[in-house]
Amino acid sequence: MAQSIEKEQSIQQLIEKSRNKKGKKIIEKIMPILLLLAALISVVTTLGIVFTLIFETFEFFRRVSIVEFLFGTEWYPFSSGSPSFGVLPLILGTFKVTLIAIGVAVPIGLSVAIYLSEYASDKTRKIMKPILEVLAGVPTIVYGFFALTFVTPILQTLIPSLKLFNALSPGIVVGIMILPSIISLSEDAMNSVPNAIREGALALGATKLEVSLKVVLPAALSGIVASIVLGISRAIGETMIVSLAGGATPTFDFNITGSIQTMTAYIVQVSSGDAGYGTTIYYSMYAVGFTLFIFTLLMNLVAQYISKRFREEY
Amino acid sequence: MTKYIDDTVVMKRMQSRLRKNKIWKMIFFLATSFALLTLVVLIVRIICQGAGYINWDFFNNFGSRFPEKAGVKAALIGSICMMLVVAPTSIILGVATAIYLEEYAKNNRFNDFIRTNISNLAGVPSIVFGLLGLTIFVRMFGLGKSILAAGLTMSLLILPVIIVAAQEAIRAVPKEQREASYGMGATKWQTITRVVLPSAIPGILTGSILALSRAIGETAPLVVIGIPVIIHFLPTGLLSEFTALPMQIYDWAKRPQEAFQYVAAAGIIVLMIVLVLMNSIAVLIRNKFQKRY
Repeated sequence: MAQSIEKEQSIQQLIEKSRNKKGKKIIEKIMPILLLLAALISVVTTLGIVFTLIFETFEFFRRVSIVEFLFGTEWYPFSSGSPSFGVLPLILGTFKVTLIAIGVAVPIGLSVAIYLSEYASDKTRKIMKPILEVLAGVPTIVYGFFALTFVTPILQTLIPSLKLFNALSPGIVVGIMILPSIISLSEDAMNSVPNAIREGALALGATKLEVSLKVVLPAALSGIVASIVLGISRAIGETMIVSLAGGATPTFDFNITGSIQTMTAYIVQVSSGDAGYGTTIYYSMYAVGFTLFIFTLLMNLVAQYISKRFREEY
Repeated sequence: MTKYIDDTVVMKRMQSRLRKNKIWKMIFFLATSFALLTLVVLIVRIICQGAGYINWDFFNNFGSRFPEKAGVKAALIGSICMMLVVAPTSIILGVATAIYLEEYAKNNRFNDFIRTNISNLAGVPSIVFGLLGLTIFVRMFGLGKSILAAGLTMSLLILPVIIVAAQEAIRAVPKEQREASYGMGATKWQTITRVVLPSAIPGILTGSILALSRAIGETAPLVVIGIPVIIHFLPTGLLSEFTALPMQIYDWAKRPQEAFQYVAAAGIIVLMIVLVLMNSIAVLIRNKFQKRY
């Protein structure tokens, strides 16, 4: 009996003790602050990126005029006599690759998404999903190697005038690279269209194709467009495929069989050539990086806006 | 009585619509097979090219100007060392951010800003992270082209992915568990460390391993930082110079001699094996521990 009373007291004391423990209270107060600090790292990273790009680009514009950079059609930074820094050829190179990539990825991606969400059985879907994940996890350097040693030789037998470095082969392979994300995002959008709508259309006598193209596709359009815009953004920022298979010749024309250079490939060329710190070429890397950053940021904002603004709620 | 609907016309139209449906179904199926086929061709082709070069010497040799003597020793060890920096940094920061956003953050403008910022950061091209790493870590902090500089850059690159994965895992822990814990007198921090995190850890680990496997294969930031390619020693510390697998593959793939194509393919096989191992661990954890509430 006495023992149990003693025990009761001791438990009460324990509770009192733990309530008065300072350590615990301090932890409760300190942890949220520490966690907030961790969360702020991502904000600091963004600020770091923006300020780095702005400062170094500013340094570049003290040496080269903005007008020449933005509107010049010649990009010969390594020319020893009169280097010229017109960014348009690099932008055009990026656009050529992106356009080809989208031309490959959108029709195939949407077809696969429609097949998976409207036609395929659960079993097929279960097999395809992990395969798409694997495809999404292949490093871009592997795709680059694939473009250079497999796709280009095959294309060269079809198009004899195709150079070893060209826009076509990396464009196609970038398209394959962005395929998984376009497929899975558009399929998600199509899956979220309620079945009642499909059944309504089927009951009116529509075939599956008509349901897919005239009912599901329009209803899921915002998600699909957002997935395409995100795909464009990734294609613009893609680096290794275009530096391995695209070449290093910035040209201002619409030829896709000859060597090109994209914005990302230029940055790679400069940094692997070890351009001296503080030279105009060194700073030009940041100016090009800033241009690239603005393009991708715009695309990401557009994608976010589309998926928020035009989402159909069911 | 006159017939308003001509059955034969209806039948004809119906048949042509059904035929259309069948043809398009075939087209959609072919597109799906194309995606499958690409993966198969990619893998088979690389294995055919590189398998002949995979032997013990390949793992035990450093980079070389001669294709027969080239190996992945420095690159493989370098990649692993870099991941030893990336894994703790990115997982600790990512999980902490996720806990803050899911458990503590109120719905106000400031926290909305953090959320928007994270989703925008996820869309920044990896090469831009390379420029950040070059300016801040390599030059400003004076870390040089070291394991630490590259590891920190990669950590920032995959941070958004880990945050999102951890957020989803934490959100999946049912509210009742938290309430039960509070009901027993636990404080918020106790609830987080002893109830929420243990349930969320499998999800967090799966997401983190997938993110880390992205960091292993990423090349562009390393090129921009200026990681050297041919290195004849193993890294000695965090500030030591090093080379990494994708960097080594990039260098081999670029070389004009045909023999190096095969060496590059062999390097890719090693990289893919590492990725497959990591992904299988992730899938294993997901299947073994994931609870459904």
